[in-house]
Amino acid sequence: MRTPLALAAGLAAAAALVALPHFLGRSGVYLLSYWVVFVVATMGLNLTVGYAGQKSLGHAAFFGIGAYTVAILMKAGLSFWLGLPLAALLCFASGIVVGFPALRVQAIYLAFATLGFNTAAWLFMRNEEWLTGGTFGIKDIARPSLFGVSFDGHRAYYYLCLAVAAILAALLYGLLRSPWGKAFTALRDNPIRAESLGVDVRGYTLLAFAIGAAYAGVAGALFAPLLEFIDPAPFSVGASIMMYLMVVVGGPGYFFGPMLGAAVGVVLPEWLRFAQDWYLFVFGAAVVLLMIWLPDGLLSIPGRLRARREARAASAARAAAAARLDGGGR
Amino acid sequence: MTDLLQLTFSGIATGSIYALAALGFTLLWQASGTINFAQGEFVMLPAFAMLFFAAQGAPLPVAFVLTIAVAVAVLGWAFKRGVVDPLFRHGMMAIVVATIGLSIAMRNGVRIYSADAHPFPSLFADKLLRVGGVTVSLADAGTLAFALVLVVATQAFLARTLTGRAMQAVAQNTESAAVLGINVPLMILYTFAINAVLACAAALLVTPVYFGKFDMGESLGTKAFFAAVIGGFNNSRGALLGGVIVGIGENLAAAYISPAYKDAVALALFMVVILFKPQGLLGRKEERKV
Repeated sequence: MRTPLALAAGLAAAAALVALPHFLGRSGVYLLSYWVVFVVATMGLNLTVGYAGQKSLGHAAFFGIGAYTVAILMKAGLSFWLGLPLAALLCFASGIVVGFPALRVQAIYLAFATLGFNTAAWLFMRNEEWLTGGTFGIKDIARPSLFGVSFDGHRAYYYLCLAVAAILAALLYGLLRSPWGKAFTALRDNPIRAESLGVDVRGYTLLAFAIGAAYAGVAGALFAPLLEFIDPAPFSVGASIMMYLMVVVGGPGYFFGPMLGAAVGVVLPEWLRFAQDWYLFVFGAAVVLLMIWLPDGLLSIPGRLRARREARAASAARAAAAARLDGGGR
Repeated sequence: MTDLLQLTFSGIATGSIYALAALGFTLLWQASGTINFAQGEFVMLPAFAMLFFAAQGAPLPVAFVLTIAVAVAVLGWAFKRGVVDPLFRHGMMAIVVATIGLSIAMRNGVRIYSADAHPFPSLFADKLLRVGGVTVSLADAGTLAFALVLVVATQAFLARTLTGRAMQAVAQNTESAAVLGINVPLMILYTFAINAVLACAAALLVTPVYFGKFDMGESLGTKAFFAAVIGGFNNSRGALLGGVIVGIGENLAAAYISPAYKDAVALALFMVVILFKPQGLLGRKEERKV
């Protein structure tokens, strides 16, 4: 019964995502594209953090590497369609490098090591003007076209982002259902046991970082032409922490967690722009409360409700059985 | 050579402020397994509390004492009861995420109150001392002395008093400590209170230099963590060593390598330490508690 329902909901959501731009103005479509880009980035982070359990606080660095790779290559006259895979590849490689400390240290040490990597990458973007333009950034990044179809318009570019996101979501879904996906969750739940069962812990740890980073790289590659201008600001440590919170708020290890988390982290602040200072204050406080009441994120609510209902049904059944026994005993 | 000595000395002074924040960090970690991501904001908030009391006409020492009282209540007791206690069973990462949220809330809460940089009265007169050809500012010397006294006092309290030793027992083995009749929750509460007091002291020393601003804690918290890891997470003396190393390293790198990469120094040292000596320079290897 659940599967057709879920399928129908998924189809409805997909139809809404396709139809929505026609009801929105320019800024609305822009915001929607922004959200899709962040969904791609946080899907990758969800793999690293939510499924494989590697606490990475440097995701915005990969996002930035992807964005700068595409921007710099396009400024050098190369095509976006060459830049996109190169950005993903470069991030995949940097993900492996950043994953190496994860083989030595875990949890909080890893969080700070990745955070440090982010600081270093950000300093590089800000200081190496010859390559990145420093704080002035890189201007006039053109939007791509393919086989004569231009993605210059804001709706067209949104559909490009959506198509890329859909492909990557499908790939991730397949990956998670494959034995690889099981290995990632084994790594998160009990690394020692996973190793004793023959899971190559080293390889999968690095892979979790690398694939997550490649997703961020693709997101960055989409991000640069979306804004048509990049500077180091969106790739700071603060941005990484925000991405981590998006995953945690949505529900780490839930496939649709990033969609919800990115909405909370990107779309909501834009809507509530009139109260921006207050938004972050309330958001921070809400994260504290969420951790206390729902440490597994918003998407754990249905499961929790179901568990509570089942527990209540079970205790009612027990009470009924006990009453029957009492009656029988008398 | 004189330059080098001067840079080193002012680095030690800055580092001693990092050490204060780092010391609170390690104490919290040892006693309760809490990693406080809002440690920098725990320094920022007392700075604003002192500014507030000073604006009401209180002289600086009175404002400082009042702030300590408020900080112990809010950053000590309320933080423990409201955030750490309910989260303890969800594990360390839940506390990390919650304190990240807390830091965002505190920073932006203060920004709503005031987004300006507030000048802060210095404890020390604006004077230069000449010691054997090296010029040292009185503020640097005073900061170092004040921080050292605090670190040594904390050490002495932990090592020499009955309460301090009970706190160490709790940090080392909670269950045995409870069996020995030590009031474990109270000892952990003391740790949170000490952390709050150290944060107030750090605020008193750092704010005259960096001004009171809502985002002043941002880098301080990270550096405190790096300093704590470099020195050794399970050793309170390590916090001092790590803080001083980071302070000197930053000053020298800014002068001799590139000021643009000053903030990367703590990170580079941290990476070297966790790759080659993960327990820190003074730390001992420990079996992880499960």
